[in-house]
Amino acid sequence: MARVLFDHVWKRFGEVAALKDFHLEVEDKEFLVLVGPSGCGKSTALRLLAGLERITEGSIYIGDQVINDVPPKDRDIAMVFQSYALYPHMTIRDNIGFGLKLRKIPKDEIQRRIAEAAQILGVENLLDRKPGQLSGGQRQRIAVARAIVREPRVFLLDEPLSNLDAKLRVNTRAEISKLHKRLGTTFIYVTHDQTEAMTMATRIAVMDAGVIQQVGTPQDLYDHPANVFVAGFIGSPAMNFFTARVAEEDGALVLDGGSFKVKTPLDRVEEFKEFVGRELLFGIRPENIHDAEFVPRGVSTAPVEVQVDVTELMGNEVFLHMLAGETKLLARVDPRTELSAGDTVEVMMDLERMHVFDPESKEVLRSGAGVSAEDDE
Amino acid sequence: MADRTVLSRSEEVPMTPVQRLMRQLSRGPLHAAIILVCIMWMTPTAGLFVSSFRTRSEIATTGWWTALVPPWQFTLENYEHVLTARGMGQSFINSVMISVPATLLTILIAALAAYAFSWMEFRGRELFFLLVVALLVVPIQLTLIPVLRMYANLGITGTFPAVWLAHTAYGLPFAVFLLRNFFAALPKDLLESAFLEGASHFTAFTRIVLPLSVPALAALGIFQFLWLWNDLLVALVYLGGFRDVAPMTVTISSLVSSFGSEWHLLTSAAFVSMMLPLIVFFALQKYFVEGILAGAVKG
Ligand SMILES: Nc1ncnc2c1ncn2[C@@H]1O[C@H](COP(=O)(O)OP(=O)(O)OP(=O)(O)O)[C@@H](O)[C@H]1O
Ligand SMILES: [Mg+2]
Repeated sequence: MARVLFDHVWKRFGEVAALKDFHLEVEDKEFLVLVGPSGCGKSTALRLLAGLERITEGSIYIGDQVINDVPPKDRDIAMVFQSYALYPHMTIRDNIGFGLKLRKIPKDEIQRRIAEAAQILGVENLLDRKPGQLSGGQRQRIAVARAIVREPRVFLLDEPLSNLDAKLRVNTRAEISKLHKRLGTTFIYVTHDQTEAMTMATRIAVMDAGVIQQVGTPQDLYDHPANVFVAGFIGSPAMNFFTARVAEEDGALVLDGGSFKVKTPLDRVEEFKEFVGRELLFGIRPENIHDAEFVPRGVSTAPVEVQVDVTELMGNEVFLHMLAGETKLLARVDPRTELSAGDTVEVMMDLERMHVFDPESKEVLRSGAGVSAEDDE
Repeated sequence: MADRTVLSRSEEVPMTPVQRLMRQLSRGPLHAAIILVCIMWMTPTAGLFVSSFRTRSEIATTGWWTALVPPWQFTLENYEHVLTARGMGQSFINSVMISVPATLLTILIAALAAYAFSWMEFRGRELFFLLVVALLVVPIQLTLIPVLRMYANLGITGTFPAVWLAHTAYGLPFAVFLLRNFFAALPKDLLESAFLEGASHFTAFTRIVLPLSVPALAALGIFQFLWLWNDLLVALVYLGGFRDVAPMTVTISSLVSSFGSEWHLLTSAAFVSMMLPLIVFFALQKYFVEGILAGAVKG
């Protein structure tokens, strides 16, 4: 059982608290991605688990054992460093076999395991080179190979793809996911790239400033962000936000943003009734703003007048950068759109997918209905 | 830390011919200065070298440069005399017996201390390191009498271990300082990765830190060796000038004092004593230069 539990862990470096009441349970065989902006404490969490830093307060469990005072070498954890940390003076073979040798595993067994790991990662032909003679992508594979030969209980990866170019990153992402399925080991993967998190994770933990913001499946975080931070962090391009007062006009409700107004359809009045008179933070994803000509069927639309600022053709879709009064909005619309820069038009917001946040606490008040939510109904 | 291999040398960026020319021109004064300094340093040595092959009377009457034009009248007599009659052979062996063990001992102890100062956590680490560095400013002369007394009590004056210990102690502050700075600049990830893989401190030291520090160790080795080889003061004080343990520096200085000015012998003796350092330097100069650069860049 390689369940990992961070039990209300604090980590302070002098005055700075890098982790604040960090509580996270990672299931056995799970692929958990820790994601958050630079400096939020992701690496610190991994380093505490690996035993490279001491815990200030709280406990960490692997299985049922508290490992606060277990030295790193006895934790049975392997880690892939962002810098790969290959030993430059050793051949790749010796790099991969280093840990096994230290554990006094018989020579032929070591060779067998090196060969197996090399075969899994497709690096058999590199074994006699030195790290300096490899490309970044190859070094990354060796770093992973070195971690998997030890057959650890938990596998830690700290931004292993950040040194690779975009294309290689996409390929390697898929390979790491495959590796996870094949090994059946608990993976904890750190990244600041939400795309990596969305594509690889079984569950994601979003962090900010040392605090866990939300933990859930990728779809769950996407559809039901718990607060403004998660809503803005997950999803690319990012969610649009605007502040507006909910007001009643001629029996219908409008979201009055000051310099613009979003009219809500009459049949939706009930849903927003509770917010009447309040100034709130609204969030809507770019794909939920539609060109009025191409609104998918069944969408309950709330029109808003905007001026199109820039259009970007992406092939299968068009990004519209728009101004609603002084508020910038981004829409991701059907490629057949005929809107162009300078046009003043009405676009349609999908009211169903509108998220509402408390402007003070930044917590969610009303979560937009997502795919999974619809399935539930 | 960014992705970089340890100790990798910066790669030359390809340049256009014009750029190359500009660079050459801008470097002109620099080159001239370097050549000038080299000439200034080399001339006396060259003079010494030429003189060592001339006879006593010639040295006394004409300048060494006159020997450079034909007819050449060089002789090996001086060398023969110095090596056989004046005990330079024995002194050469003594010098080796003093310098080599003392150098190795210094490096070994300094490397262990430097590792502890850079990679082991213990209370007062910074303070102890500061103390070691502070020792750099203590003048040797201050220690001569107390240490000599102690050696006399222990009855080890005039023995090799006495100079080994003295040289090691005098060399350690600088050696520890240099190596700690080098070790501490090694990528942290490398050692942490080793610890995660099950390495003890000793394993990390021998398998990771030492192999990666060869340039620094070699540079330190050369420095220390040259310093010990050329040392006169420490040897004179702790060995007391006994002939059978005297290193070359002591023997050469006695050439000057006891026989007035035996220039012809002095020149060849000096060259005998320079031989080994020159060999060591040229054998290890690759590491020497690398070591200095590595230290400078990583600071
Ligand atoms: N050894 C240390 N001493 C002091 N402060 C530290 C130390 N290590 C980390 N910190 C601080 O702790 C906070 C979290 O650092 P951490 O390295 O965990 O961030 P991160 O989320 O991994 O960021 P990145 O994505 O840039 O790697 C930062 O504010 C950092 O300055
Ligand atoms: Mg980090």
